[in-house]
Amino acid sequence: MGVEQKLGEMGVVTARLEDVVNWGRTNAMWPMLFGLACCAIEMMSAQAANYDMSRFGMELMRPSPRQSDLMIVAGRVSRKMAPVLRRLYEQMPDPKWVIAMGDCASSGGVFNNYAVVQGVDEIVPVDVYVSGCPPRPEALIHGVVTLHEKVRKEKIKDWA
Amino acid sequence: MTDIKEVSYEEIRHLVSDRALEGETMLLNMGPQHPSTHGVLRLLLELDGEKVVNCIPDVGFLHTGIEKNMESKTYQKAEVMTDRMDYMNPLGNNLTYVLAVEKLVGLDVPERAQAIRVILAELQRISSHLVWLGTSALDVAAMSVFLYCFREREQILNIFELVSGQRMMTTYFRPGGLWRDVPSGFEQAVREFLEVMPHRIDEYEALLTKNPLFLDRTLGIGSISAEDALNWGLTGATLRASGVSYDLRRFAPYSGYEQYDFEIPLRTEGDVYARYIVRILEMRQSLRIIEQALRKLPAGPVRSSNRKFVPPPRSEIGTSMEALIHHFKLWTEGFSAPQGSVYVATESPRGELGCFLESDGGPKPYRVHFRTPSFDNLQVLPKLSKGFLVADLVAIIGSVDIVLGDIDR
Repeated sequence: MGVEQKLGEMGVVTARLEDVVNWGRTNAMWPMLFGLACCAIEMMSAQAANYDMSRFGMELMRPSPRQSDLMIVAGRVSRKMAPVLRRLYEQMPDPKWVIAMGDCASSGGVFNNYAVVQGVDEIVPVDVYVSGCPPRPEALIHGVVTLHEKVRKEKIKDWA
Repeated sequence: MTDIKEVSYEEIRHLVSDRALEGETMLLNMGPQHPSTHGVLRLLLELDGEKVVNCIPDVGFLHTGIEKNMESKTYQKAEVMTDRMDYMNPLGNNLTYVLAVEKLVGLDVPERAQAIRVILAELQRISSHLVWLGTSALDVAAMSVFLYCFREREQILNIFELVSGQRMMTTYFRPGGLWRDVPSGFEQAVREFLEVMPHRIDEYEALLTKNPLFLDRTLGIGSISAEDALNWGLTGATLRASGVSYDLRRFAPYSGYEQYDFEIPLRTEGDVYARYIVRILEMRQSLRIIEQALRKLPAGPVRSSNRKFVPPPRSEIGTSMEALIHHFKLWTEGFSAPQGSVYVATESPRGELGCFLESDGGPKPYRVHFRTPSFDNLQVLPKLSKGFLVADLVAIIGSVDIVLGDIDR
């Protein structure tokens, strides 16, 4: 936002509420510690030293859905897991976002069969889809940054 | 969404003791979304205060129908599914499956391909143990180990990416050899890894092996005797930590493991700490195997020349009519396997990973079944955890090293 330049000698800055809130939301968006399958390992890689998601304010994984803003669906969702996933989503406080990480979560991937939900968007609304089987940690980080861009554009009239 | 059927009282009555009904003990649901169950495992715990009276694992939250899906694919294409089964050990799954297919159709594998398979399978074992070490140390609140382990794991994944173009789901081993020969930088990359890794294992040991906090959480926790371990059908490091020397790489060698000199690490205590020590020592032995395999890596082809089962190289297709026909037949129809069934077992990082193939003579397997180590190792969890605290249960789950993709497939 370039606060430093606008601040000047006055010690006061004016901004739109929209911008300030959205800025706050993007830089401390806590993901839920929720891994399903292969993608969860790459999600852990993204958290670890080499990729270091904390550069984007995303390092604090919360094991409880009640403390998290973002659900990263990392892996295939089976029919047995689907009700659990929906319940976890409902337990998250608003505002909340969902990233479908990997092909299985996005579309069922290679598993077109009786057991796997063909895309997690059948159960919960998805904001960003990340492709790959599994996606590289860079791809997940790109997905997160894309989500941040999306959140920055949110309008106050749509908050409800 | 699927309809959820109400379960009647009579159906679940046997799961808990009479004390639970009188309110003396508490029933607690752990998972399927829990950071310490290493995936989507659900445990129904009956607790007396903090003590675990009974622990009932509920699996199937990651059931993917892989075995059924493989029946509708040709032998070559079905291999893609095996990667996603035990996702810490994709190359090991590939190896088990291709060995089964090779045994079924009687296919030869060149020496060079076998040696490269051994190198990559052992690298995979180390990377799997690194993830295990990082996450199970995290479970007993040793945070920093996780970051160090994933640093080295990246180095291994870089080698996989170098040879196959993919970090995890490589599908690099194919029936009759490899997808292609390793690129020129491969040996150098593995040598660099061999150079740094022993010191890195020393670093992990410095953080954990004599750490009093770690010892408090692991010594004497979740112990099992050798006899019980055998009776429960345990395999892998969980069995070897109880003092049973059983390693398929030694007792039923495959892919040329008989040529390599390595020890089988053993402990007799059978507790969480013993399993930790065994896995650390196994990593060192894997490094030894890789070094030997790399030293005598033979030159030559990496694919069998049997064109009935292995596609011809691209360069031949333009000049040879026969090669073109083989290529077309293999990628449209696949190859037919003779009628019969085979079972092949390998030593995965978690234990005995077996592949059972049943063929009806067609180009697709009639039945595929995997004997997965995590599934058999999980069933001992109620026995291991009885009488311990809930916090110890977390350490025990970590030490058995289950992967839910391996259990549910």
